[in-house]
Amino acid sequence: MEFLSYLISGISLGSVYAIIALGYTMVYGIAKMLNFAHGDIIMVGGYVSLMAISSMGLPSWAAVLLAMLVCTVLGVVIEGLAYKPLRAAPSLAVLITAIGVSYFLQNAALLVWGANPKAYSPVIEGAFKLFDGRLTVSYIALLTVLMCLVIMVALSFFTGKTKMGKAMRACSEDKAAAQLMGINVNSTISLTFAIGSALAAIAGVLLCSSYTSLMPTTGSMPGIKAFTAAVFGGIGSIPGAFLGGLLLGIIESMAKAYISTQLANSIVFAVLIVTLLVRPAGLLGKYVPEKV
Amino acid sequence: MKRQTKTKIIDFATYIGIVIVFIIMNTLKSNGMLTRSMTGQLVPICCYIVMAVSLNLTVGILGELSLGHAGFMSVGAFTGVVTAMSLQAAIPSEGVRLALAIVMGAIFAAVAGTLVGIPVLRLHGDYLAIVTLAFGEIIKELINCLIIGHDENGLHIIFNATGSRSVADLGLTETGRVLIKGAQGATGTQTIANFTAGFILIMITLVVVLNLVRSRSGRAIMALRDNRIAAESVGINVTKYKLMAFVTSAALAGGAGALYGLNFSNLVSSKFDFNTSILVLVFVVLGGLGNIWGSIIAAAVLTILPEALRGFADYRMLIYAIVLIIVMLTTNDPQMKALISKLIPIRKKGEAGNG
Repeated sequence: MEFLSYLISGISLGSVYAIIALGYTMVYGIAKMLNFAHGDIIMVGGYVSLMAISSMGLPSWAAVLLAMLVCTVLGVVIEGLAYKPLRAAPSLAVLITAIGVSYFLQNAALLVWGANPKAYSPVIEGAFKLFDGRLTVSYIALLTVLMCLVIMVALSFFTGKTKMGKAMRACSEDKAAAQLMGINVNSTISLTFAIGSALAAIAGVLLCSSYTSLMPTTGSMPGIKAFTAAVFGGIGSIPGAFLGGLLLGIIESMAKAYISTQLANSIVFAVLIVTLLVRPAGLLGKYVPEKV
Repeated sequence: MKRQTKTKIIDFATYIGIVIVFIIMNTLKSNGMLTRSMTGQLVPICCYIVMAVSLNLTVGILGELSLGHAGFMSVGAFTGVVTAMSLQAAIPSEGVRLALAIVMGAIFAAVAGTLVGIPVLRLHGDYLAIVTLAFGEIIKELINCLIIGHDENGLHIIFNATGSRSVADLGLTETGRVLIKGAQGATGTQTIANFTAGFILIMITLVVVLNLVRSRSGRAIMALRDNRIAAESVGINVTKYKLMAFVTSAALAGGAGALYGLNFSNLVSSKFDFNTSILVLVFVVLGGLGNIWGSIIAAAVLTILPEALRGFADYRMLIYAIVLIIVMLTTNDPQMKALISKLIPIRKKGEAGNG
């Protein structure tokens, strides 16, 4: 029974990682950049929803929508101001700019909302009780898993079947060729950032609901973990990000429960390292041999 | 031939520049013309310069993005603290102890670098970056679990993985001292680091890195960066040269870490997290990939900048972030690049690296 409850908390944590990783992997797939600011967009999403509920008195669903809206705009603005001018620049320059954006968001949040952790009450309270109350599953855990599944299916459909999704895949494969086919590369990239940031906002709400506290640095570690998850599953692959996130969450939860709380992150990272040594392109990633 | 003399002149100017700056800073310091916070920054600046130069060896010269450089600094720092503190009775001279601590820090970091490097360097690009990040975090957490004490019987080390063991389990005698207390880190360290040692460490780093870069091995490393397959096909041993650059870089970071650790009486391993690695990477990229003196200047300026912005109080890190973004945007703007190349017509091509 204990095992089951750890498994459930692992799956719920993993679903949050998976949602963040889905955004990460899409942005990486198309812009070929590690967007370090992604984790901080999660944090902004958390704060916006908190403000919407506590100060403006909006219902939870409206707060989530507002957070998504703010984060989408934020993501597109960041992309336009900071990343678009660097499209032809070396990838490290873009990386450093992303780090600059990440610092900026963290410190702006510090000024606006202060350094003290804020209490965050879950968007949905309550829990199921199973097996005579020996196993409790909170509604928020269930909602997280459901959201994650819905998002994964929707994204797979979007990238596989719709015109915009196909344009996205074309851009991630070859930008120049996509442009020759009449695809507007810049707007496609902006759209990807918009989707990624909206996902980050959802992840922010779900993450804060399960952590129940919020700080300007809340987003950075989940951001890194989600990136790890994306690489673990094979970066650029949507089912890979889902699988990677889920596995990472379960491993972390199990490691915390049965091995060592202090070394939980180390164990997660060790699994990643071993996986990458055996499968250098991640679990579901495609290995592309170099052409000479 | 002409190019060779030019690189020699640049190297020579780098050495001379460091010596001159050291003499100026030292005179200012002894005449009491530096502010208190500035004096306190001198040793950390030296450490960050060494960190930046050593990371430049991995990122700029070898061309592999490492996001876990602070991990090696951490290994060096805690090794250095343990070495210096446990030899307190045996070696009275502070200078000798400091030197020994730095050497031990470098050796342990080199061992860590080898252990990390062998698996890591088989990967490429962003995969390599994420694995170095992972190793950096693992090193941080492992050190967080260490409890080390010293008494007349020698060192007592326990590994506190479950969080259930404490200082009392060390079994120290009455004269013994606890050096590292798990997550609380090293406390009560005697601060023996000084600016002169920092200067010497920078000079040693420069000699090591510049000589490596200008040697046959260095050219092999740069050939790997520019085109791995071509380099491999002319018989360059990929693993050997990659590991050479990576381990040298780790060892230098360890030395810098030892100096850094002995500059503060309290030190926790979470100081050397992902953000520190990123900070050093920022120095390297802003200074210019593969450009050694660029790293030195960027490290010095960016370490002072947050202090200099203290007048802006709460806004200083925000301004730091904006400065960072603007610098990256302007230096990569095609129009700005054209302007710069007009102003400085003889710019060597191929120096910028492949990023």
